[in-house]
Amino acid sequence: MDALELTSAANRNRSEIHALEKKSGVELTDCYQCGKCSAGCPVAFAMDKTPRQIIRLLQLGLLEEALASRTIWLCATCQTCVTRCPKEVDLPALMEAVRQAAKKKGIVAEKEINVFNDIFLQNVKAFGKSPEVILSALYNLRSGHLFQDIDSVPHLFLSGKAHVLPEKVKNTDAIKKIFAKCAEGGEHS
Amino acid sequence: MRYAYFPGCSLGSTGIEFGTSNKLVAQKLGLDLWEIPDWNCCGASAAHLTNHTLALALPARNLAIAEKEGLDIAVPCAACFARFKATAEAVKASEETKKKISSIIEMDYEAKGEVLSLLDVIGKKISVEKIKANVAKPLTGMKVVSYYGCLLVRPPKIAQSDDPENPMVMDDLMAALGAEPVDWGYKTECCGASHVVTKPMVGKQMLRDILYNAQANGAEAIATACPLCMLNLDMRQKQINAKWGTNFNIPIYYFTELMALAFGYSFKDVGVPRHFVPAEKLLQDVFSRTGARREGA
Ligand code: SF4
Ligand code: SF4
Repeated sequence: MDALELTSAANRNRSEIHALEKKSGVELTDCYQCGKCSAGCPVAFAMDKTPRQIIRLLQLGLLEEALASRTIWLCATCQTCVTRCPKEVDLPALMEAVRQAAKKKGIVAEKEINVFNDIFLQNVKAFGKSPEVILSALYNLRSGHLFQDIDSVPHLFLSGKAHVLPEKVKNTDAIKKIFAKCAEGGEHS
Repeated sequence: MRYAYFPGCSLGSTGIEFGTSNKLVAQKLGLDLWEIPDWNCCGASAAHLTNHTLALALPARNLAIAEKEGLDIAVPCAACFARFKATAEAVKASEETKKKISSIIEMDYEAKGEVLSLLDVIGKKISVEKIKANVAKPLTGMKVVSYYGCLLVRPPKIAQSDDPENPMVMDDLMAALGAEPVDWGYKTECCGASHVVTKPMVGKQMLRDILYNAQANGAEAIATACPLCMLNLDMRQKQINAKWGTNFNIPIYYFTELMALAFGYSFKDVGVPRHFVPAEKLLQDVFSRTGARREGA
């Protein structure tokens, strides 16, 4: 990071960052940067920015850097940080809000995770349930990782854990309606 | 004791043993589980990650059906439980959310019933004496770590478990079966959920550390209450061994599998032969150690 003049920086991207605070219920000024969240985060080893740094970037108005980060996708929503944070900062909710904002702008630093989430929801929309075999097959296709976990497939079928035909909710209309109404709310990306 | 029961998607496929053993255990304990008719997927984390309203509406349809029946709800899967409970709390907290969700699902839902994980139903609503009284083949001396993962205990305001950092409810159940609960540092660590699919090297490292900690503390087995934790820990040991040169061969069991086995059901009844890591041998050893009659597949 280059040198930064703090007073003017903090005014950058003000309204967009405020919208993220509103959506996540997080007050960015609550965080006093103690780092406890990041010390306990089980995915921190794989992140490009620690969870604490994501908050710092937003405190400083550096929205672009937060949006481009892999961290917002890698957060596993495990809730360890918010459980331990002395200020109860709901980091996973913030990560979620930033991730949705990034997606809206077409900034997707972790393509596979994005593809997986999309396919999961498309399945629920179509079947009302989440057929795990179809989920992984479609994921392999769409992500280009065609033979991923192929070594486990025979056991999954032989042990009766996988079925080719998906189970379906009888009342699929009810589920489609729920999806449609939620999309109207304008939140669905 | 009657509860509405939401099996969730995993229990029909990768978590099939969980569903089977839940039913066996419930039967023995006089727990009447009424499966929510025509239930739908809770949306899991994908809905949560992409659309807040949808993440509440999908569980709410199931909750509303249970509410019509006037029942509290027992949810075995940790991820489904978290979504259900978060929905109930959100509806309780805001009149506006309640109205919005009811209009989306076109059913009344007022969050009257209590949402509980099946682990808490069995561990807290049923007396330990009753559980002990049903043990026909004790798991005497079986060294088992209880693995709770994330969503059964966190966030504490939603999960309302006995302790978000050091829960004991599963450990106590294991002790009631005659096993020897082993203390360890990873009981609430995250298994990485779907990271093992989307970011294999990240997910596998998280799993490796959990397995390592169990082994280092002398555990012979891991007990879990989550189908995703189970699948991850059970299916990936071979791949992890290949990657890091480790020699993990740790059987993973649903807590209800161990209960059903201790209650006298056979390996086949419970579904133990379906596991990736062979899980019968250890139990045969445990039963013969205790001089119990050997039975099984
Ligand atoms: S633990 Fe809380 S206060 Fe401390 S750095 Fe993390 S978010 Fe900020
Ligand atoms: S919720 Fe996300 S940021 Fe917080 S500890 Fe878990 S993975 Fe890390």
